[in-house]
Order: sequence, then C-alpha cells, then structure tokens
Amino acid sequence: MTIGEMLGIVLSLGGALLALYIASKAYTAAYAFHMFVFALAGFGGAFLIFKRYSTRPAFTPQEIDGRPNYNYGPIKFTSLAAVFWGIAGFLVGVIVATELAFPDLSMGIPWLNFGRLRPLHTSAVIFAFGGNVLLATSLYVVQRTSRARLAGELAPWFLVLGYNLFIVIAGTGYLLGITQSKEYAEPEWYADLWLTIVWVTYLMIFLATLWKRKEPHIYVANWFTLAFIITIAMLHLGNNPAIPVSLFSPKSYIVWSGVQDAMFQWWYGHNAVGFYLTAAFLAIMYYFVPKRAERPVYSYRLSIIHFWALIFMYIWAGPHHLHYTALPDWAGTLGMTFSIMLWMPSWGGMINGLMTLSGAWDKLRTDPVLRMLVVSVAFYGMSTFEGPLMSIKVVNSLSHYTDWTIGHVHSGALGWVGFVSFGALYCLIPWVFNRKLYSLKLVNWHFWVATIGIVLYITSMWVSGILQGLMWRAYTANGFLEYSFIETVAAMHPFYVIRAMGGGLFLIGSLIMAFNFYKTLASPEEAGAPEAKPALAAAE
Amino acid sequence: MSLWNKHAIFEKNSIILSVGILIVVAIGGLVEIGPLFYLKNTIETVGGVRPYTPLELEGRDIYVREGCYLCHSQMIRALRDEVERYGHYSLAAESKYDHPFQWGSKRTGPDIARIGGKYSDDWHRAHLNNPRAVVPDSVMPRYGFLADSPLDYRHVREKMKVLRVEGVPYTDEDIAQADADIKAQSSPDDTAAVDALDKRYPKAVAHAALGGAATPTEQDALVAYLQMLGTTVDFKLYDEKANWR
Repeated sequence: MTIGEMLGIVLSLGGALLALYIASKAYTAAYAFHMFVFALAGFGGAFLIFKRYSTRPAFTPQEIDGRPNYNYGPIKFTSLAAVFWGIAGFLVGVIVATELAFPDLSMGIPWLNFGRLRPLHTSAVIFAFGGNVLLATSLYVVQRTSRARLAGELAPWFLVLGYNLFIVIAGTGYLLGITQSKEYAEPEWYADLWLTIVWVTYLMIFLATLWKRKEPHIYVANWFTLAFIITIAMLHLGNNPAIPVSLFSPKSYIVWSGVQDAMFQWWYGHNAVGFYLTAAFLAIMYYFVPKRAERPVYSYRLSIIHFWALIFMYIWAGPHHLHYTALPDWAGTLGMTFSIMLWMPSWGGMINGLMTLSGAWDKLRTDPVLRMLVVSVAFYGMSTFEGPLMSIKVVNSLSHYTDWTIGHVHSGALGWVGFVSFGALYCLIPWVFNRKLYSLKLVNWHFWVATIGIVLYITSMWVSGILQGLMWRAYTANGFLEYSFIETVAAMHPFYVIRAMGGGLFLIGSLIMAFNFYKTLASPEEAGAPEAKPALAAAE
Repeated sequence: MSLWNKHAIFEKNSIILSVGILIVVAIGGLVEIGPLFYLKNTIETVGGVRPYTPLELEGRDIYVREGCYLCHSQMIRALRDEVERYGHYSLAAESKYDHPFQWGSKRTGPDIARIGGKYSDDWHRAHLNNPRAVVPDSVMPRYGFLADSPLDYRHVREKMKVLRVEGVPYTDEDIAQADADIKAQSSPDDTAAVDALDKRYPKAVAHAALGGAATPTEQDALVAYLQMLGTTVDFKLYDEKANWR
C-alpha cells in the first residue's frame, strides 16, 4: 500500500468520525443530516481506496507502447455526472419558472417554494452541470495537450467525487434552508471549507500534470483553465470569509457587511460569470472547435491578446451590478468603463473561435455537433455585446431589477455555456468510452429543439424586462406614477408562461441528448482510437 | 516579431504563468474594494442606525433562510420614480450592520427597504399566510408554515457574540438580556419591559406574538424584522449636504 493510500484511508476515517461527533451535537436536524452525509462519504471513501488497492495492478505505467496511458476514469465519471446534473438543473429551472406563472404550484411547502428552489436551480446548472463539464473537459484537454497521464492516481478521484459531494451538500442545504444568501455563493461555511480543499487539489493536479508534459508549450486552452482555477480560488476566499455561530451550527455570519459586502459579492458574482462561465468554457472552445473542425486555431496572437485582456478586464466589471445604489459612484463608473472595454476581448475571442472554421464552413451542414459548438460561440458574441450595453448606467437604470437581466444571463447560460457543453460532451463521451455516437440525427433534433427554446426564453424576457422597467417609471400627465407595483407583476404573466415553455423545450433537448448517450454507451466498444475521425452525416 | 516570442516564457513555465495570472486578476479587486474600507465618504454619517434586536435578528435569519432576497430588493436607488414609490433612497449606513447585505438583485416583488410601518402586523400575517388573499395578482409563495413553527432562539446569544466580533456594537447587557428582550418585544402590553428594550434599541416596536410572548413563532420574528426595515433613520433630521464634499 502506498503512503497516499494509507493517508487517504486514515483521513477518510478520521473525517467520518469527526463528522459523526459533530452530528451528535448538531443544533439542527438539517445540519446533523449533512454531517451524516459527510460521515457516509468518509467511510465510503476509505472503503473505495481499500477496494481499489486490493484489485489494482502493482504499477500503473505512464506510457504504453510509447503512447501516454491517459487516465479517463474520472473523465468518464464527470461527463456522465454532467448529463445527470444538467437534466436535474434544467428541470428545477422549469419548475421555478412555472411557479412564477402559477405561484400556488408550490402549495406552500417550504422546500418547494421559489426562494429555496431558485438557488438549487442556479447551483445545479452552474456548479453541478457546468462544473462537471469543466472537470471532464479540462482533465481531458490537459492530458492530451501535454501528452502525459494525469498526475496522481487517488487525487483525481478525490477531486471529482469530492466536488460532487460538495454539490450534494450545497443542493440539499438549500432545500433545508441552509444558505448564507450570497447569490451563487449560497453554501454555508462548512461546505465552503470543503470546496476549498477540493479546489486546491484541482490546482495541484492541473499544475502537476503540466509539469509532466512532453510538449514544450502549454496549450492555450490550459491557460484559460489555469486562470479559471486560480481566480475562482481568489474569489471564493474573498467573498466567503464567515464566522460560524458554532462548530455545531450550520449558520454563520459573513465578516463583511453592507456596502463592502455588496462590492465583494458582485466582484465575486460577476467573475463567477467571467471565469467560471466564460474563461473556463473558452478553454473548451479553444480545444474542441479546432479539433472537431480539424482546423488550427485562427490566430495565435489574437489568443494571447484575448487571454490577458479578458482576465484583466473582467475583474473590474462587478460594480455594474450596483449602479445608483449606496455603492460610491466612482466604483460604479469604473465598473461600467471596464465592462464596455470588455466587449473588445470578448469579441476577439469570438472571432478567434468562429474564424477557426475558415475552410471548413461546409462542415456546419453535415456535422450538428460542430454546429452546436459554433452557434454557442455566436451566442457568446451576442451576450457579450448585450452585457456591456446593460452595464451603461442609463440603460442599467431601466434593466436592473427586471427580467431583462434574467434573459441576458440565459442567452449566455443556455446559448453559450449550454451549447458549448453539449458540443463538448458529444465529442468527449464517444472519445473516452471508445464508442461511436449513436445518432447524429438526434443531435440535430437536440440542437433545434433547444434553439427554439432559447429563442422563446430570451425574447419573452426581453419583452417582460423592458416592459416592466418602463411601467415602473411611467408617469401620468398629472405627474403621478402611472402603475402600482402589482399591476406591473400582473403584466408579466404571459411572458412567464412563454419563458417556462422555452425552458421546457431546452429540457426536452437535454433528454434527447441523454437518450443518445444511453444508446451510445449500450453499443459495443470500437476498435482503435475514434478521436481522429468524427463521423459525418450526409447533407440534407 | 520579437515581442510575440517573449510570450513564450509564460507558455513554457506554468509557475510564471500562474503568478502572471494572479497579478493580473488581483488588480481590479484591489482598486475597487480596498478604498471602500478607508474612504470616509463610503458610509455617510447619519443618526439612528442601530443593531437588530434579538427578535429582529432571528426574523432576519428566517428572511435569509427562505431566500426572500431573491425576489425583494432592499436598496432604493437614487432615481425619481423609486424615491416616489418606495421612499428616501437607501443610505450605505442603513445596511452597515447587515452581515451579509440584503440589497438583492431582482424585483419580482417590490423593494422592501422601507416596508417597516407601512402595513399592519395583521396585514403582514395574512399576506405571509396567503399573499393572494390580500394581493390577488401576487406571485409570492405561501409562507403559512412560519406561523406553525415555534421560533428556535436558544442560540441567539451565540449569534450576537459572533456579530459583535464582526463589528456590530452589541453590549454585554444586550447579549445577557437577549432572551428577555425577545419576550419584551413579543408583549406590547408590558410597557415597562418595552421601554427598557427601547433604551437600548431606539424605535424598537413590540408586536403581539401569536405564539405567546414566551414562545413566539417564526412568523412573529419575521414580522418584527419586516416592521423595522427602513424605520431607524429620521429623514426629517437627515442632512444630505452634511456628507457632501
């Protein structure tokens, strides 16, 4: 048994016992439940390490026949977890959207109410679906572009299982009313601490794999992933420092307060978009689009400018969430200025992605997977144009607090993050499982059903957001406010119904994808390496 | 071109690349957040702002737990229609004891930064139990279960101690009196106790607890919190020019 395995077993068992001790003194039943989950994970972890030890070969070769012995196990796990969490997250999204149209749907049941389900939706799609896609793709890309096996044998499994444990703790916590109320950073202190451990492991695995690389240069996709890992660590630590009420209480209070806390929150919140949902997914673009199109990245120099300008400017954009509030004006102005400048690197990246198809545009007709990837980049361009527009103070005075923001987020989340993830999964799952994708026709169906869903979603939110913003500020000829607040709520109803239908179509698309993957995995393994030859359907 | 070749140093050394990234992404936050801690005009000087009473604090924790901030902002922007609809624009000082802040980002429901005192306790209770009973077009979920849940305030002293460490000026007496204060704020008829509460928490309003003074419900605590929102600063006395520079 290696030192790592022994240490892993000891730490797992020790952690499990600590969790049981905390559970025995927990202030609330919900917290005791969470500690039982941790304990179960600890015992399970120790068991899995021992089971693996008893069956594994004495030595794992780094190379077989001169080719790197890539470690696909954690990638298989996370790519399938992404499909599962995606469907779960989209489903909760459709439920909360329907609740806004038909509020008594929740029947007054605490854990079905909008306030508890909404963080479940956002965390499930961003951190569970998106996070697993990023783990799968980044661990794949760093191995392939370094021509080296993933660093560590236990560590990658700790990373992917530990990350998903965090998801389970966070998600069940929201339903049970455990939240610190910081948007997109709702998990309480103990979940945050656990994520910190997992995240440091991610950084170490990623760097150690780069150190093993056989290529002299670090590939551009890995720059983006590295920036994502480092920056998310910085944001997580900056936004979340909290003092728990007790070791035995799930409740904590953030050390920041009021205006400083608001600034920290949106510094975090906007860069969760900038680094989690943008930089990290750009890494997918920089690997999977060239790979699928079988063309080199359009411009190396543009990728350098794109990278440094994007990560430098994004960090400044946060205060545009706080225009005309009690945040000092100078901070808002800085945030607006950088948000507008951010348009340039964003579109630089979009151009670099789209132009990679030079000489291969015909493939859009025949390969729906490539079409999904390319349309995702187009959506990226659209939402990164809309974002700077909405950051302008006068526009923001109308759009802020309305559904326009929700529509904007979803054009990025469904169109960009969703489609680039689906495209990557359609490539990745056949590659790592060594199977041929069951049906390109079903990919085509997924693409169109989801696209129509997105169009319904974002157009209804544009109309409802701008309509409500205008109604709030409408005056009668006598100088009185024209509408009571509730009149503006009633006006939203038809758009909320349309939005829920759009979300439903997007969900149906993901179910088509899951069926496609099920049939793919049920088919026999292919001989040889399938990566090199994406199958093309005839043009229709 | 030579300049482009220089970039190779980042591409060939993961540590240099990592350090470069960290420096580049740290700058924006340092410039935008750092000064908020020492520039005096970040938080204006204004009288009246006080820490939450123990009952209001417990109510606030329920507000957080139920995710109310996802649909209700507590931040009136300095815009004509908002000031006319909701009241005086929110001051930074008014949320200086909020750990974490509850400004919100979406108004599916109206802003409630100054909801305190606008409606009766009975209205709030009816509205929480079934929003559509008092506002037919409302899309708010029902929160009737709060009226059936006894408030668990066994740990309120520990909460206040944590907040004191974080800078909320609770006194030793405030913390020692926490249980008695919850009882006092739940029994408006006991004027002596309410007066004692008011000395330490100016403008605190007592509310007849449905669950009884000794065992208030979660709804009682939430109503106490909602009824104090935006009521502490007296804007007749507030001189906004005093903070100009």
